[in-house]
Amino acid sequence: MAAAARAAECGVRVGIVDDNFSLGGQIWRSGSGNDQNHDKRNHPEPNVDERNDEPNDDNQNREAARWAHRVRISGVTSLCGLRVVHQPETGVLLAENLDGFCELSYAKLILATGARERFLPFPGWTLPNVMGAGGLQAMVKSGLPIRAKRVIIAGTGPLLLAVAAYLRQQGAEIAVICEQAAWGSLARFGLALCSWPTKILQGLQLKREIAGVPFAASSWPLSAHGDEALESVTISRAGRVEAIPCDYLACGFHLVPNVELPVLLGCALRDGFVEVDDFQQTTVSSVFCAGEPVSIGGVDLALVEGQIAGLAAAERTTEAKAWFGHRQKTRRFAQLLDRTFGLRSELKSLPTPQTIVCRCEDVSYSRLRESTSWRAAKLHTRCGMGTCQGRVCGPAAQFLFEWTPDSVRPPVFPARVETLAAIAGPLELLPSEARGEH
Amino acid sequence: MPSQARLPQVTVMVNRVPVVVPSGTTVAVAMVLAGQACRTSVTGEPRGPLCGMGICFECQVTIDGKLHCRSCQTLCRQGMELDTEK
Repeated sequence: MAAAARAAECGVRVGIVDDNFSLGGQIWRSGSGNDQNHDKRNHPEPNVDERNDEPNDDNQNREAARWAHRVRISGVTSLCGLRVVHQPETGVLLAENLDGFCELSYAKLILATGARERFLPFPGWTLPNVMGAGGLQAMVKSGLPIRAKRVIIAGTGPLLLAVAAYLRQQGAEIAVICEQAAWGSLARFGLALCSWPTKILQGLQLKREIAGVPFAASSWPLSAHGDEALESVTISRAGRVEAIPCDYLACGFHLVPNVELPVLLGCALRDGFVEVDDFQQTTVSSVFCAGEPVSIGGVDLALVEGQIAGLAAAERTTEAKAWFGHRQKTRRFAQLLDRTFGLRSELKSLPTPQTIVCRCEDVSYSRLRESTSWRAAKLHTRCGMGTCQGRVCGPAAQFLFEWTPDSVRPPVFPARVETLAAIAGPLELLPSEARGEH
Repeated sequence: MPSQARLPQVTVMVNRVPVVVPSGTTVAVAMVLAGQACRTSVTGEPRGPLCGMGICFECQVTIDGKLHCRSCQTLCRQGMELDTEK
């Protein structure tokens, strides 16, 4: 949204494509008003400054409302509920929605495909009502009643606290937050926050919002239990084992960048992230990228990078440069996050031989263990070949077995045959010249 | 919740059973409210929404005869017919 608004404000003709039913991606997912923040989101006060004593979610809602306002008045065309599946020729995207498909042609493209949660398998993780941390939050924003429901939140990273605060505000009873990082790492993180006073304020604010919620470090889920759906979770808490009855388990082990579409378009990666220059331009000259696919840095970094990308795409390089310092500072925080919340090796022993790793094809841990690479696993077990195309099991397998994922093939999401039939030629990647290879 | 009482209600059919939800609820949530798993896995396990953002496809539901719809990204509309996917 930041990229679109900035570019449109420069007089460029801009369109946004979001596969949700309204703009905002995941972090500003507006739901459609079935949670308690509906009124605040839909009746924003654009001139009120952020108040640091207010719930973090309110500040986010105001920020979101401000950008939504800028997107609207700058004349951006919003295309929601639409998902890009392929680029059949340079400069033309093929996109699909529930009812049909369309082709979108562009001169410049800015990718803000975000990130998804990393899921780690453990016994019982496939039970209904075990969801991602952001996943449960998204469901509540979409109308899931959570008042008086018992929730366990597990995994790693500040997202757990943000989700806890949100769910609590919606009336949930948070039984415990299980953070896999050790107290030592968290304490060092706390000290390092001194460089970011706003973060300290946000942190203290979060602390107030979840006051009284049990928080355990060096803690993770061991197994989830239930008949047709989740009924209880057994957790490890600094070496002790505890069984806790609950209605929902929200678990997320950090975030994984959605680089599939950038790779399909020929953008080069570095260390698993999209490689960009100072102007957020990828190795494909007409394609820019901002936010999580570049580095997991949260909403603040995504906003800065989005603005730089929007200005750069509109060829306003001087104005873009004005944001470089802010981006530099915000990026350092992202690096701190990475260091603090790295995954512990104990998590590799969570799955038993029968635990399903690939949920689309029901491939168990024991069957995967027999393979020596991701490609071999795909061929022998169908792991990664199902509907999610390895988006869930891939990052898990990467962590468990240290495999590297292989190339992306179109379509980048499952698509209807009629959509793909619209492409004149065979379903190919772009010619290698466009990818910068020879 | 006071704000929910103000919202218009919508009736959808979950496996041919009527379920009433506030307008603006997603199909995935309607399935959870109806106590129905969205789909059954290859080995027969009941499955429900996992990622909530259209990535995992565990929330796949047949909507008005259309297969493999991501219910977490679809709003309920009056009279929609939702069926658990095998």
